[in-house]
Amino acid sequence: MSIEHSLRIENLTLGYGDRTVIENLDLQVPPGQVTAIVGANACGKSTLLRSMSRLLAPRAGRVILDGKSVHRMPAKQLARTLGLLPQSPVAPEGITVADLVGRGRNPHQGILSRWSPADDLAVADALEATATVSLADRSVDELSGGQRQRVWIAMALAQQTDLLLLDEPTTFLDVSHQIEVLDLLTDLNRTRGTTIVMVLHDLNLAARYADHLVALAAGQVYARGTPAEVLTEEGVRAVFGLDSHVIIDPTSGKPLMLPIGRHHMQNDPQKGVRTGSVGKIVLVP
Amino acid sequence: MKLERAVGVVTTAQTIRNSRTRRALRRRSVVGLLVGIIVVGFIVTLMVGQTFYPPADVIGVIFGQDVPGATFTVGRLRLPRASLAILAGLCFGLGGVTFQTMLRNPLASPDIIGISSGASAAAAFAIVTLSLGDTAVTVLAITAGLAVSLLVYVLSFKGGVAGTRLILIGIGIAAMLDSITAYSLTQAAEWDLQNAMRWLTGSLNGTSWNQALPVFIALIVLAPVLVGQSRNLAMTQLGDDTASALGVRVERSRLIVIVTAVGLIAFATAAAGPIAFVAFLSGPIASRIVGPGGSLLVPSALVGALLVLVADFCGQYAFGTRFPVGVVTGVLGAPYLIYLIIRTNRAGSSL
Repeated sequence: MSIEHSLRIENLTLGYGDRTVIENLDLQVPPGQVTAIVGANACGKSTLLRSMSRLLAPRAGRVILDGKSVHRMPAKQLARTLGLLPQSPVAPEGITVADLVGRGRNPHQGILSRWSPADDLAVADALEATATVSLADRSVDELSGGQRQRVWIAMALAQQTDLLLLDEPTTFLDVSHQIEVLDLLTDLNRTRGTTIVMVLHDLNLAARYADHLVALAAGQVYARGTPAEVLTEEGVRAVFGLDSHVIIDPTSGKPLMLPIGRHHMQNDPQKGVRTGSVGKIVLVP
Repeated sequence: MKLERAVGVVTTAQTIRNSRTRRALRRRSVVGLLVGIIVVGFIVTLMVGQTFYPPADVIGVIFGQDVPGATFTVGRLRLPRASLAILAGLCFGLGGVTFQTMLRNPLASPDIIGISSGASAAAAFAIVTLSLGDTAVTVLAITAGLAVSLLVYVLSFKGGVAGTRLILIGIGIAAMLDSITAYSLTQAAEWDLQNAMRWLTGSLNGTSWNQALPVFIALIVLAPVLVGQSRNLAMTQLGDDTASALGVRVERSRLIVIVTAVGLIAFATAAAGPIAFVAFLSGPIASRIVGPGGSLLVPSALVGALLVLVADFCGQYAFGTRFPVGVVTGVLGAPYLIYLIIRTNRAGSSL
């Protein structure tokens, strides 16, 4: 359905002030897939995402979309191909859902061009896809956290970009809403072929929902590949400095990480729990 | 299933379209109504006063005919005054709502955060102490307005600009600048209360075309630029990152918006003084009349014009004594300011 775009990062170095956050990073975003970026706090995940959508100019290196540097592209042209949902967007007081979603049409509108039927269709389509039609006339202030996040995603959908970047789309949501949002993003990827790149905090959800997992550590790509390749016990130790067990998630068949802390361990961590034998694992009561 | 969905989307699109058309209609009628009231108010202001002139005389004077008596009273006294009332009101309304929208806080209007005070202090200083001419005064007022907005911004910058900090610093700076104005006035050779009132609260007394013309030119040049940025301004309400992701060049747009808005405020202030609370009141009033969604720039400009026109008329004739326009708008604005501070204290809010 959508044209495949190539998004590539070459030798990227990013920083704020005199602090370097990302150094010489190379990354290729697989088109038409869901990519999740994981890593410890302050490892540069969000910084990387911001630079990919040109919110942050690189110190060195380039972010290349279809052969052109995103930092040199006209703002609106880029915004028609690549969308970004920041971590905590602000809704103006009193704005209605339909209005907010309509703001996503900005890159498709010229200075003088009026609102077109195509804009209405795009907004309606975004509302339908996120199951927010019934909320269209409500004020965004009155919505629950999960509803609000769906509305923001609807706004990004109305932008009709083939690439969508999301910075922690599940933060502040309870577990059922987290799943709801991630299922929605998977639907988009599967039905429209939208390439999705998201920063996620929760390793296990990242492993479940991503086709391609990128682990960042110390401003570098530590590992990338399928979740099974990336989410390993030594990987978790290297990236997060945490001992863990990685087993196979009985629900999805993807890897599932069980952290080992200092307390509440049924078996001696040294002996370990047999990986893969789900039936024998009793989670801490 | 696919067909069902397509039908659903089309139906929803229709609903969205209808509700948008309805709002656009409401907006257009509000704007039309405001323009109508302003035109009527303008003509009434020209007719009514110490001497009453019938509409025919007034219209005659406007079109340049020589009408005994009316040519002087209407043409030289009332017409420039009413024109400046409207022009200054438009400028204050536009500049005010721009800052309120940009900083997402109704308290962040240029007359609260010191920009008008800066322009006013500079104008008073230039006239009284430096004895400068009209053009130099205006230039100085604009420079001071820009300098104050930069100063407030820099002082309140601490890893990003938080609305409340900016407003408090702005209020402090406004108080300092007002004392500069007051000091300049005490140094005036001929201590003239009318003049003093102009720079302290704003006044239209003794307006001539020399004062109205620069404001008119500023409005013609700057207002279209500002209105052209209205969609970008609306986008930046979503936060800089979101706006930028939606294709807005945030920094550039913000610079254009600040310079044009400060320019409008400064030109109007150089001509009529910092007419109290007009910039502050116009946006919220317009927002309540027009309803949510859509740009507030044009409705606020019209509300501003109407406020100044009506307040000046009331100030001249409604009470025993003649009050300068700023005293009347001040009486209207102060209670709203208090209400707003109380409300903002309870819940952080914008327009």
